[in-house]
Amino acid sequence: MVTASMRKLTMARAISEAISQEMERDPRVLVWGEDVGVYGGIFGATQGLLARFGPERVMDTPISESAFIGAAIGASAEGMRPIVELMFVDFFGVVMDQIYNHLAKNHYMSGGSFRHPVVLMTAIGGGYNDGAQHSQSLYGLFAHLPGLKIVVPSNAYDAKGLMISAIRDDNPVMYFFHKGLLGLGWMPSDDLAEVHVPEESYTIPFGQAHFVQEGSDITVITIGAMVPKALRAAQQLQNEGISVEVLDLRTLVPLDRDRIIQSVRKTHRALIVDEDYRSFGMSGEIAAVIAEEALDYLDAPIRRLALPDVPIPYSRVLEQAVIPSVEKIADEMRQLAK
Amino acid sequence: MDQMENPDKTQVAKYVEMYRTMCLIRRYEDRIAEIYTEGKTPLFSIAAGTIPGEMHLAAGQEPVAVGVIRHLRREDAVTAPHRPHHFAIAKGVDLKRMTAEIFGRQTGLSHGKGGHMHLFDPLTHFSCSGIVGAGFPPAVGAALAFKRQGRDNVAIAFAGEGAANQGTFHESLNLAALWKAPVIFVIEDNHYAISVPKEQSTAIAHNSERAQAYGLPGVYIAGNDVLAISEAAEEAISRARQGKGPTLLEVETTRLYGHFQGDPEVYLHAGEKDAWRQLDPIKRFREYLFEHQFLTEDEDQQIQNAVITQVEEAIDFARQSPEPAPEEALFDVFVES
Ligand SMILES: Cc1ncc(C[n+]2csc(CCOP(=O)(O)OP(=O)(O)O)c2C)c(N)n1
Repeated sequence: MVTASMRKLTMARAISEAISQEMERDPRVLVWGEDVGVYGGIFGATQGLLARFGPERVMDTPISESAFIGAAIGASAEGMRPIVELMFVDFFGVVMDQIYNHLAKNHYMSGGSFRHPVVLMTAIGGGYNDGAQHSQSLYGLFAHLPGLKIVVPSNAYDAKGLMISAIRDDNPVMYFFHKGLLGLGWMPSDDLAEVHVPEESYTIPFGQAHFVQEGSDITVITIGAMVPKALRAAQQLQNEGISVEVLDLRTLVPLDRDRIIQSVRKTHRALIVDEDYRSFGMSGEIAAVIAEEALDYLDAPIRRLALPDVPIPYSRVLEQAVIPSVEKIADEMRQLAK
Repeated sequence: MDQMENPDKTQVAKYVEMYRTMCLIRRYEDRIAEIYTEGKTPLFSIAAGTIPGEMHLAAGQEPVAVGVIRHLRREDAVTAPHRPHHFAIAKGVDLKRMTAEIFGRQTGLSHGKGGHMHLFDPLTHFSCSGIVGAGFPPAVGAALAFKRQGRDNVAIAFAGEGAANQGTFHESLNLAALWKAPVIFVIEDNHYAISVPKEQSTAIAHNSERAQAYGLPGVYIAGNDVLAISEAAEEAISRARQGKGPTLLEVETTRLYGHFQGDPEVYLHAGEKDAWRQLDPIKRFREYLFEHQFLTEDEDQQIQNAVITQVEEAIDFARQSPEPAPEEALFDVFVES
């Protein structure tokens, strides 16, 4: 009797519903950022909130990111729980000091006495020709900084549960949603992201990777918009007689090392797929985890597919040449299975 | 518009040239708006079609670009924001290569790597950025370079009124005043930053008032009037060239399209857009030129025909240009000697 409760939501809807339910539950939760009010967020993550909670709790800000993101530090220290949006992760450069020297470090520097329950949310990802300043993923950059939790959902169900966990977390959490998963009118979404989302409130704990597909020959470790792409590639491989296990990390910090190791020990082959830059990032980190704890189990060198360390080009051909596609992922899988 | 009652011939020719540039910009923006929809229907996907990616058009804001840039030389530097076409055209960026860039073609200014928000042209000392407020500091730096080199060139940073709330604006004003840098900050007040109206983002009416706090003159120019803008810009630019330091100009203007193409503009009040259209600055300038007999119907028709041809040539050039080869994505990360 599951049919009665099926309710498919876009990821944008799932996120705004999560925020709405938490605002209902907890009067300390506030939302602010550029165009989060009447517009409902450029990516729809705050749709309906202004009408429901009013301008005292849902505030449009000037384009003053150091000030309004920095303000979340003070507000959270004094008992509020701000959710702050800055549209694109690419724009975070203007506010890095507030984030990495203060928001991320104050708890530590204060010997654990200051808390900053803040959610910073933003859009990531390319594939729509918006050029090098509007297409990056950059979660690896923030995962590198101690003191920030990093969430990257791949579907609407996870998006809601992870957002509620993020809001309830007493730490600063960076929540990255991929434009190609949100279900926006102007960017076709992967329908694998639009799934059943329960109406009631629920949480998904951080640091629990999810086996979206079990398999025996290869493990693919990935996150965000690369999850549905990896699944599609895995389906191709299945037709060729190769069984692929797909692991969706869901959060980078904390990282579910156990499930990575468990899976690689089972399949003996690992491919890491990442839409962030290749060097010094997520793919290198996971390769290191595998090398540290499962090296003896490997039947082939670890492979990684990521952006080849170039800014993301504008032109369609050039962009497609650098962002991992289903075809490229399938090719990597074939190489690895040899 | 009552600057000139008895202007001489060269002055009239300059007015007509300003008008021509405004018409060129408008024609260009209107055509880009049309082409932008090609291949994007029935399902509106910004990645699809002839011109991919976001598109921010500046129709209605021509007076700002033309009024200021008419006083510039090729060697004077311009930094522009995410809405850059009017500035690029006024500055004399090659229309064909610019269009090819917007189409993502190999023959584009950046061989397809930059795109509509990231136009770079060393020949006309033009650059722009998709990061709001990012153009202020580089303009101060260009101005400093001119000063150190003993040249009387100037730098202009164009940005929206939303960008004036960015930290870079305040730091750059302070630094420019301190260094007496030959830089002019030009703020386009088109009333909105995406959906946020100016009065909801800035507690004072005019950013020009902020200039005083940093020790530089600030002027607010109302009415989206190209001649008034030109006059104020001329004074500011000549002050800068004479070593008298920076100026801030804030210019009232209007954006006739949405923030980006596809913007539902739910945040506008009823009738607001119509009121702006009524005050179309090009229509008003044309009427002014007719009234003073600076322009005849025939000459106007010639201008319209010429800009149509010029725009179509640029579009044809872009359409016929090849796409870049995929492997080109890997070049240009570092200077290759
Ligand atoms: C640092 C940064 N923050 C936010 C944005 C998103 N954004 C792009 S344009 C824009 C509004 C800009 O308004 P304004 O400066 O008034 O220029 P206009 O669009 O009106 O020409 C915003 C918020 C951005 N590109 N960069």
